[in-house]
Parts: sequence; C-alpha cells; structure tokens
Amino acid sequence: MNDLRLRLSQNSGALLALAMFVVLYTFYSALHPRGFTTDLFVQNSNESTTLILLAMAQTLPVLLGGIDLSVGALMTLVNSVASEIVSGTPLQIALGCLGCVAVGALGGLINGLVIVYGRLQPIVVTLATGAVFNGIALFIRPTPGGRVDGDLNWVVTNALAELPATYGWWPDGAPWWFEAIAGIPAPVVVVVLVVLLIWLPFRNSETGRAVYAVGSNEAGAYMSGVKVDRAKLAAYTLGGVFAGLAGLYFAIQTGSGNADPIQAGTYTLNSIAAVVIGGTSLLGGAGGVIGSIFGVMVLRAITFCFRVVDTASAVGFLANPMLQPMFEGVILLLAVSFGAARVFRIRNRLEMFR
Amino acid sequence: MRAMLAGADRPLVFAGGFILAILAVGSVYTLATAGTLTLLSPTYLVLQLKVAAFLGIVAAGMMLVVLLGHIDLSVPWTMAASAMLATAWGGPMAIPVGLAVGLAIGVVNGIGVAYLRVPSMIFTLGVNVVLRGLMVMLTGGFSPSSQPTETMLYLAKGSVLGIPNPVLIWGAICLGVAFVLRRTPLGRYIYAIGNRESAVYLSGIDTRLVLVATFALCSLLASAAGLLLAGYSSKAFQAMGDPYLLPAIAAVVIGGTNILGGSGKLSGTVAGTILIVLLQSVLSVMAMPEAGRQIIYGVVIVGMLLAYGRGEKARS
Repeated sequence: MNDLRLRLSQNSGALLALAMFVVLYTFYSALHPRGFTTDLFVQNSNESTTLILLAMAQTLPVLLGGIDLSVGALMTLVNSVASEIVSGTPLQIALGCLGCVAVGALGGLINGLVIVYGRLQPIVVTLATGAVFNGIALFIRPTPGGRVDGDLNWVVTNALAELPATYGWWPDGAPWWFEAIAGIPAPVVVVVLVVLLIWLPFRNSETGRAVYAVGSNEAGAYMSGVKVDRAKLAAYTLGGVFAGLAGLYFAIQTGSGNADPIQAGTYTLNSIAAVVIGGTSLLGGAGGVIGSIFGVMVLRAITFCFRVVDTASAVGFLANPMLQPMFEGVILLLAVSFGAARVFRIRNRLEMFR
Repeated sequence: MRAMLAGADRPLVFAGGFILAILAVGSVYTLATAGTLTLLSPTYLVLQLKVAAFLGIVAAGMMLVVLLGHIDLSVPWTMAASAMLATAWGGPMAIPVGLAVGLAIGVVNGIGVAYLRVPSMIFTLGVNVVLRGLMVMLTGGFSPSSQPTETMLYLAKGSVLGIPNPVLIWGAICLGVAFVLRRTPLGRYIYAIGNRESAVYLSGIDTRLVLVATFALCSLLASAAGLLLAGYSSKAFQAMGDPYLLPAIAAVVIGGTNILGGSGKLSGTVAGTILIVLLQSVLSVMAMPEAGRQIIYGVVIVGMLLAYGRGEKARS
C-alpha cells in the first residue's frame, strides 16, 4: 500500500499529464465527425510520433540535470542522411535505417564526450554542436528533396493491417491473433516497441539507475562509487539514438529530407516543453521518458482541440486560427506554472532556492 | 609575457587574439583573390561595429540574466513585439512606448521566475511563444503598417563625427551596465545571487526583487535593440529578433561569463560580440556556404570554451 502511494507520488507529473491528455482527447474525439475511428487515431498518432521520439531524446540529458539544445538539429541531420540512404533493396533499406540510428548515436556520443571530458556546461556545448549538426545537414541536403522508400512510408504511417498487405505476407488471410491488433496505428507500435526494447531495459540497468543518481546529486553519486562519467556518456548517447529515430521516422513519414534550421529550433523548444509538462524536473533526477510521451500527447491534443471548436458557439473565438499560437503559449505557461503550487506550500523559505 | 597573460583576463586575451586571427585570415584571402585589404579599411571596421551594436546591446542584457544563473529565451519576440507595437501604435511616442513594452515583458518574466519559481528557461520560452501569438493576433499574420519616427531613423542611421549612432548608443549602454555591475548594490546582488541565492537571502536581501529588476533590465535592453533595428531597416517585422538569441548567448559565454552564473565581465561580452559579428562577416566575404558557416561557428564556440571555460576537475 505504501509502495503504491510512493510510486504514485513519484510519477504524479506523468499521471497529471496523462489525465490532461485523456480529458482533452475525449473532448476532441467527441466533437470530431470521425471521432473514435482508426482513421483518426492513425492521423493523430502520425502527427505526434516525431515529437514523441524527440522528447524522449530530450528527457535523458534533462534527467542528468543538463539540457540538450541540439536534439532538433541532430534530428534534422539524421533526416537529411535518411533521405540519401533509406531506399533500394530491403537489405539496403534495413542497413540505411541502422545507419541513421548510428548517426544519431554518434551525435549524442560527441555531445557527451565534449561535456564529460571537456568539462563544459551542456547548454553551451549543445548550442554549439547544434550549429555543427545543422551545418552538416545543410551540406548533405542543400535543398529539400531526396527519396525514402515508399512501401516503408506506407507501412509506418498507417494502421498495422497494412504491414502484411504491403509486403504480401499471409496471402490466405491473416492469422486470428493479427486480426485483433490490425487496427492499431503503426506509429503507436513504433513508440511502444522503442519504450519496451530500449527505454525500460536501460532504466532498470545499473547505468540507468546511475543516470537518476547523478541527476539528483552528482557529488553524492560520485562519493557512493557511481560511475558518473559512464552514466553521462550513456545518457547522451541514448538521447542521440532517440533523436536519430525521430529523424528517421520524420524522413520516412515525409518521404524526403529537409535541412531546415528554423524547424530544428522549433522542434527543440517543443521537446523541452513536452519534457517539463510530462513531469521531468529540469533540475534532474526525477521523471522519465514515459512522462515525456504523455507531455507530447498533451501538447498535440491541445492543438487538435482547437480544430474542432464550433465557430458559432460561445467559445467560437477559440477556433480563430490567428489566436491559436497565443493560446498554445498561454497553455504552456499555465502548465508549467502548476509547479508554482509548490512555492506556496513551502514553510521554510530557504527551500525555495532549490 | 607569461606574467602579463596571467594578470590579464584570459577570455579577453583569447577573444582578442582570435579577432586578430580572423582579420588576418580574411585579409590574406582578399589579398590573394582581389589584391586589396578591404577588411582592414576603417570603413569596413566601422560598419562591422555598427552591425555589432544591435547584437551587443542584446548580449549586454542577456549577460545580466546569465550572471544570475538564469537565461532569457524571450529576447527574440521582446525585440519584435516592442518594435512592432512602437511603430504601429506609438506615433510620435514610439520610443517610450517600445521601451515600456520591453519593461512590462521583463517584469512578467521576473515574476514568473522569482515568485512562481518556474525555471527561467521554460518560463521565458513560454513568454516568447505568447508574444509571438499576440503579434500574430494583432497583425493578422500580415506585415503590419509600421513607420519608424524620425528620431528612430536618426538614432539608427545617423552618425556623429563619423561614428555611427548605434555604436555610440552601444557604448553608452555598456558604460551604464558596467556602472550598475561594479558600483551599485544591484550589481553586487546580481553576482552574489549567481553564486548562491540562499546565502544572499539569508543576508537580508529580497532576492526576488533583484531577479525581477534584472529580468526587466534585460528585456529593456532587448527592446532598445529592437527599436534601433526597426529604425535601421526602416520597418518592424515579425521574426526580426530570431537571429539574435543564440548569438547573444554565444557572445556572453565566449566572453567568459559562467553560464551557471556568478562570474563574468562586460568587457568579455563586448569582445565576444565583436568576435561573432566579425566571424560571420569574414566567412560571408570568403563566400563560405551556409553549411560551412554553421559548422565553423559551432566549432569556434566549443574551441574557445575548451581553451578557457573548463570546469574544475575536483568534485565538491
């Protein structure tokens, strides 16, 4: 019982985000003419997946108490690389995808190496490496374009039912167990697989625990014999892997590459916002990747909701496209100010300063 | 020689040396291709100072906030919003209106950071988004009617005794900021809070007011830069401030200010600003494509910091 209460309070941020998402998305689906259909789920999950993977990438440095301003640029770089190498025979495509993830991991590792052995602050290092990644992306892809395998695009951006249909598996009809899951959007499967196969094993490994320890008290972790440098390198590299997956997914989804530094900047800022809404502390040591996924879903659900508001109703002004950018900002501010409730509960003023 | 180097400010020496190196490399390039020394002509150097003035004013404000151990990501749209509102609504009172807008934004930032204790990085980011939204709402997404006043045009385009006015204004602002940092209690509090806020609080100082005042100063300077920029380009436009955020942060840290707060000198920030503007200009003179420019830019920042900005090895 106590264990449950502890777990709930440790994950209160993520649970709050999940609750917000459920409320917002139910509202949206109820008003949408195609609400609660596979079509709409597929469309919405497609719109969210890139940012979800990127927010996962941002979460790891934030857990360490750092920040990564280069995730958007690294995503753009991998996006450009993918538009060059993810096409051809199935083997070439598979190797291309692996190559993309490797580029992401390498970018994250470089960040980690400079931060750990250069003894520099993450915010400044990633600001600079972000410029370098953007530069390399522009070098690879000076103009938008390139080609990504069309079949892969179709499979990854649709319901799971398209997977056997596209590659001609089971010509005599799918087995019964597949019929049960055929309606699940493929992007959801991608995210769940990434969480199950990469994040959870990492979270429960020695290094994963070390990341949390370093984030909550680096000096204490060092004194306790935690391998601080290794935890940091691992966290930044894994962040790079997630950013690489985001870039790869973005390339497959859009079917092309586009080295756009402005878009990279927007994605980076949105990833930070999502991480914070998802309950990960910017001071490090608390939170997790799953919360960040909910954070992105909240951000996206807010934008979805604006689409379905009836213009003739009392809140019709919400549907005005000119107002939407402002509401997005106001809601972001409100969401982060929820944390302010803590300030008014503090008895000892000194606790206010971290 | 070594004693002199040790006595002087290391960031200042490195940045100064690098500025000379940029000029030397650029001059060799122009000498080889066109047979001239354009980069060393007074006209070119004064023009670079004029371009640097806008970034320099933003960076001076940013430095104040960084000294606290915070950061202000709302600078781009603070610049744009104050310039747009000043030119659209201000009429003859454009400059006071613009500065007042900047001051108000700064106070909001300060309240969020000091009283609500939201991390500055995320709060100012939110304020930036809200400001962008407000401007889109007010202008309907189109370019607004904007006519800078005669004063703004004069301040941005005129010159006194051959020195462009923006450079003079930048100089005056630097003197003012340096005075605040070195000769006033506020300056002492800023450095002290950057080192340990709880200690300052225990010394009987309301640190929250200091935070609000500093954020207000930063936004005030950003709006001043926005107004100057509007005068310089004869109009205010959306996204006019976007190219200034990251260079401003880079100028502050290249100048030796600790990004965690507590130490740093204004002279370093000025040198960092000149370095960045000169680097961008020389690379474009050398017809370097955008890709190469971005890469060199990032490598220079990391390289400069590795040279003198490394943290302590011992853990405390």
